[in-house]
Amino acid sequence: MAALTEAEVVDLAASSVRDLNQALHAPQPAVSWRVLNPRGAHSVACGLKDEVTVDIAGHVGYYCAGMNQHATVTVHGNAGTGVAENMMSGTVRVRGNASQSAGATAHGGLLVIDGDASARCGISMKGADIIVGGSVGHMSAFMGQAGRLVVCGDAGDALGDSLYEARIYVRGTVKSLGADCVEKEMRNEHLTELAELLKAAERDEDPADFRRYGSARQLYHFKVDNATSY
Amino acid sequence: MEPASQGLRESATFDRATIHAIQRAAETGIYDIRGWGAKRKLPHFDDLLLLGASMSRYPLEGYRERCDTDVVLGTRHAKQPLRLDTPVTIAGMSFGALSAQAKEALGRGASEAGTSTTTGDGGMTPEERGHSKHLVYQYLPSRYGMNPDDLRAADAIEVVLGQGAKPGGGGMLLGQKITERVAGMRTLPVGIDQRSACRHPDWTGPDDLAIKILELREITDWEKPVYVKVGATRTYYDVKLAVHAGADVVVVDGMQGGTAATQDVFIEHVGIPTLAALPQAVRALQELGVHREVQLIVSGGIRGGADMAKALALGADAVAIGTAALIALGDNHPKHDAGYRELGSAAGYFDDYQDGRDPAGISTQDAELSARLDPVEGGRRLANFLRVMTMEAQTLARACGKAHLHHLEPEDLVALTIESAAMARVPLAGTDWIPGAGL
Repeated sequence: MAALTEAEVVDLAASSVRDLNQALHAPQPAVSWRVLNPRGAHSVACGLKDEVTVDIAGHVGYYCAGMNQHATVTVHGNAGTGVAENMMSGTVRVRGNASQSAGATAHGGLLVIDGDASARCGISMKGADIIVGGSVGHMSAFMGQAGRLVVCGDAGDALGDSLYEARIYVRGTVKSLGADCVEKEMRNEHLTELAELLKAAERDEDPADFRRYGSARQLYHFKVDNATSY
Repeated sequence: MEPASQGLRESATFDRATIHAIQRAAETGIYDIRGWGAKRKLPHFDDLLLLGASMSRYPLEGYRERCDTDVVLGTRHAKQPLRLDTPVTIAGMSFGALSAQAKEALGRGASEAGTSTTTGDGGMTPEERGHSKHLVYQYLPSRYGMNPDDLRAADAIEVVLGQGAKPGGGGMLLGQKITERVAGMRTLPVGIDQRSACRHPDWTGPDDLAIKILELREITDWEKPVYVKVGATRTYYDVKLAVHAGADVVVVDGMQGGTAATQDVFIEHVGIPTLAALPQAVRALQELGVHREVQLIVSGGIRGGADMAKALALGADAVAIGTAALIALGDNHPKHDAGYRELGSAAGYFDDYQDGRDPAGISTQDAELSARLDPVEGGRRLANFLRVMTMEAQTLARACGKAHLHHLEPEDLVALTIESAAMARVPLAGTDWIPGAGL
């Protein structure tokens, strides 16, 4: 029973990130971990591949939980650039705010940011679900290929620029849409999937308050007529 | 009758290829996208000569005395550096751009010759992992097919900032090559014209790159060598920044380096020749005191053992081949001439790798065309070529009195032209003049 297991505690004031990650990468690691004093360190709990739970008590630097597989990582603070970048599966949750490129190129799993995310949130996303409680910065979901980005606040400039098949839901205002990104009809199936996503993120917003955005699919082939779109 | 024999004169400025390019642009309204590398004449290794031994230097006996060829890549930080039998590697080329058979053949050939091959944009296939003894995993801006399991399964990681054919440009793979398998690996709809980003999505600049490299090392527990690959432009500065960012190996790809699909204008007009880039890279490494500690791989127009020997003499630790490897597999072979002509090209001229209808079955995803390349036979041909390259380089090194290819040095070289003397920083043959030296 994971919930009853006493957590392994690693204090980064005394141990190095290398020691922490090496222990997390070991065969059959302990199922529950608590990381103290991260103090903005980079690459905390990256490259995890087992079903472990890691709670980080404080702020982290770049690439926390990068390339995550199966693990559940919670940052009880803010996260720097590229949190959960290229995540494959599992769950990463940031209780505070996240810097730019949160969830970049993530192929799967769930990234929840309770606060705001910065520029390029979900850039080149490839299948992950990203739910942001606050707002996202410019160029979010740029070249997004697959997955869902949910923004409970507002979106900055050029949302969904050069979008492929990722789907975007925004509750607040969108400053501007990027090339080939358009607003789309919110059908029942979208309300249903959005409700599931909000529930997974433990949020209580009403799906009916959101608008949906996706690719117009007009730039899928290089055509001279599109030259002014780029 | 040939027009020239009638006294007609062709313009050097508006030659036939230029006239055709203007006509093509006028008809189609879109720029030319093609494969291969720069086709214009450039200062190159042909413009250098080696000084064989005579009175003042002792040569080594060709068939008696050893001339070793091994190289170790990634000694700076990696727990498991790459140990190769010969300092010529296979450059990154993607599954997608190339058929699965071609990728397998590259793996087979490289493994047989004791060297490494490299993935490309689009991820790692089981075929190439299975048939490659040493496999370098490219980490690209698009992150297509990027998977931490593959990262851990690789023998080295190459962070790609650019390539010689298009420094500053992202990749493209046209819809006719985006089959179901290629699309699946890249998480894209089948049949679209796919764009690859030109910048990495989660880091910008050398300070960020240092943190990114640290993450890659952490994920792989500091086992794998981390390469940084740049297209040759501001090479002196780029190499210094790559070293500061923590690279174990720096890869510099000159403008003759190949591509599967890029705008012709980009291929021919951006970047600098390999010959101009290599001495800049060596100078950067030497000034930082890490020449030979951070290894240097040079690519872009490497065609044989002479190019390899000269590149090593100028200070490279290894060279990489791409176009030459495809030619070894059968690209541009006269036996496919009829097929090339059906596509409006000819053997020796074919560069439409973007088109996906390669009669040699190399740069295609068409099942019927791909089946024309036997991976075992292709692998054998590539291994032969790699062995010939190595033996050629050994021949030249022995003539210069060297018991290891890495003992070749700039002092063994002279230049045939003022341009190449200035670029390579070796004297013009028969003189002690290095243009620009001491300025």
